[in-house]
Amino acid sequence: MSQAIHDSEGAAWWKTVLLHLAWILAALFFLAPMVWSVANSFKPAAAALADPVSLFSEAFSLENYRRLEHVGAGWHVYAGNSVMVALGTVLLTVGVAVPAGYGFSKFRFPGQTVLFVVTMATLMIPFQSILTPLFLVLKFLKLQNSLLGLVLIYATFQLPFSIFMMRNAFDAVPKALIEAARIDGASQWTILRRIMVPIALPGVATVALFAFLNSWNEFLAALIFLSDQNKFTLPIMLVNVSSGIFGIIDWGALQAGVTVTMIPCLVLFLLLQRYYVRGLTAGAVK
Amino acid sequence: MREPTQWLGLAFITPSFILIGVFFLLPLAMTVWMSFHNWPLLGRASFIGLENYQELLGDQQLWRSIGFTALYTVLVTAALFAVSFPLALLVDKPLRAAGLFRTVYFLPVVIGFGAASTLWLWLLNPDSGVFARLLSDLGLVQSAPRPLENFWPALGVIILMVVWKSAGFSMVILLTGLQSVPSELMEAAKIDGANAWNRFRRITLPLMRNSILLVLVLNVTSSMLAFDQFFIITQGGPQNSTISAVFSIFLASFTSYRLGYGAALSLVLLVVLVAISSIQLAFLRTRPEES
Repeated sequence: MSQAIHDSEGAAWWKTVLLHLAWILAALFFLAPMVWSVANSFKPAAAALADPVSLFSEAFSLENYRRLEHVGAGWHVYAGNSVMVALGTVLLTVGVAVPAGYGFSKFRFPGQTVLFVVTMATLMIPFQSILTPLFLVLKFLKLQNSLLGLVLIYATFQLPFSIFMMRNAFDAVPKALIEAARIDGASQWTILRRIMVPIALPGVATVALFAFLNSWNEFLAALIFLSDQNKFTLPIMLVNVSSGIFGIIDWGALQAGVTVTMIPCLVLFLLLQRYYVRGLTAGAVK
Repeated sequence: MREPTQWLGLAFITPSFILIGVFFLLPLAMTVWMSFHNWPLLGRASFIGLENYQELLGDQQLWRSIGFTALYTVLVTAALFAVSFPLALLVDKPLRAAGLFRTVYFLPVVIGFGAASTLWLWLLNPDSGVFARLLSDLGLVQSAPRPLENFWPALGVIILMVVWKSAGFSMVILLTGLQSVPSELMEAAKIDGANAWNRFRRITLPLMRNSILLVLVLNVTSSMLAFDQFFIITQGGPQNSTISAVFSIFLASFTSYRLGYGAALSLVLLVVLVAISSIQLAFLRTRPEES
């Protein structure tokens, strides 16, 4: 009897060990590429070439980041462009999707269902398939090769997800609360600002986070619509570094660039993970 | 109770419809219009009827790229599922550590495909890349492998990269499915003597039907739109064998500047995508007991 108990304890112990082993092996697979790249970005070129595998080099160096300063207009310019595009997209998306979600949630007007379906249809038709005419639309509006043009496009394609999120957020606000405020003489604007938005704030955080990450990371539209070297965003800078000069690629500068591009996303995600998962599951149950 | 100002709702949604109208509906209509034209970047467009579509039927490079995109989509969707399902089972534990590892596996999802592709371009390069060095240090290869010089190795490393980048995403969706299985049902089956495999096959899998379908829909549609990794890592090579569908639209419209032909290609891609998502959505809507 005691032997049997001992055996099952042994089995449970082995199971725990195996589980932890599997957890750690998978973690190595997902972490290693990023860790290697960041580690090599701080090595002098000779050390990185001699031993790319080791994580630490005796000679810590920022020379890769200094060389990235001489890539095109310099990485500060590209990082600045990326920040402006991402923040612009966040502001425009939130500014447009919050009222739209409110309108769809709390009002009844003719054509409402059709308009909502049209909004959601944008989800099914990817922007990659309308890039060619979008290029002409931007040209007509004199917005080609401009960061503002990129912001307008990014925000438009954030709208279906964002409006859906905001409508759900406003649906959760009890009607009695609004009636009470109205009886107390509050205007529509006051109701939106004082009651609705505070309750819907977590939804706003989710919408803003997705708008930031998607516009920060977007590659194809930026590649097509930006032609002026000073207007590039970080992903376009990376491609320029990775295509090399006369066939020679500066791997050190490339890794510094990759590090600069991915760290903000990782930090934002780790800080705001709760809001990210909320957006993901909202999309999943839709 | 009646709302006092119905029309105010329309005012609230107007800004969103200005954007959707100008940057979505208008270009959508223009795609159709442009596809019937010879439309150069500079100069006048001329109406040519169905000529773009006729050319499209005989365009061998296009059919090759459509075939490649289909192959890539099938392989990557299968690979993602094969990796993310075990991952979801692995982190579906009520332990603090499981939550931590969940976050770790998800991390590559939040960095962009552009950054991820350039990162892997370095990992894979034969001179200073980690893979070549690791393999030769372990004595597995004599000289540094050059996976991008042949089709299957190139496709293989792209699939590995995409699995690394997006398995975490599929994992989270499958995890929501796993967690929707009521634990009482599991306990009851356990008491009735069902073993782990039977519990998984008879209870977990049927109840996860919707999240499995959702993962497949999302991975199929996003793989069909793949561009960044082929533009950056394989650059369409070797010998134009890894040019994806979106890549060929890019080449027609923005390298050859044949906007009309690019629009025709876009329309074909769009129809295929909408058809696939509608079929899959129809599957999602039918409840398990109806099928």
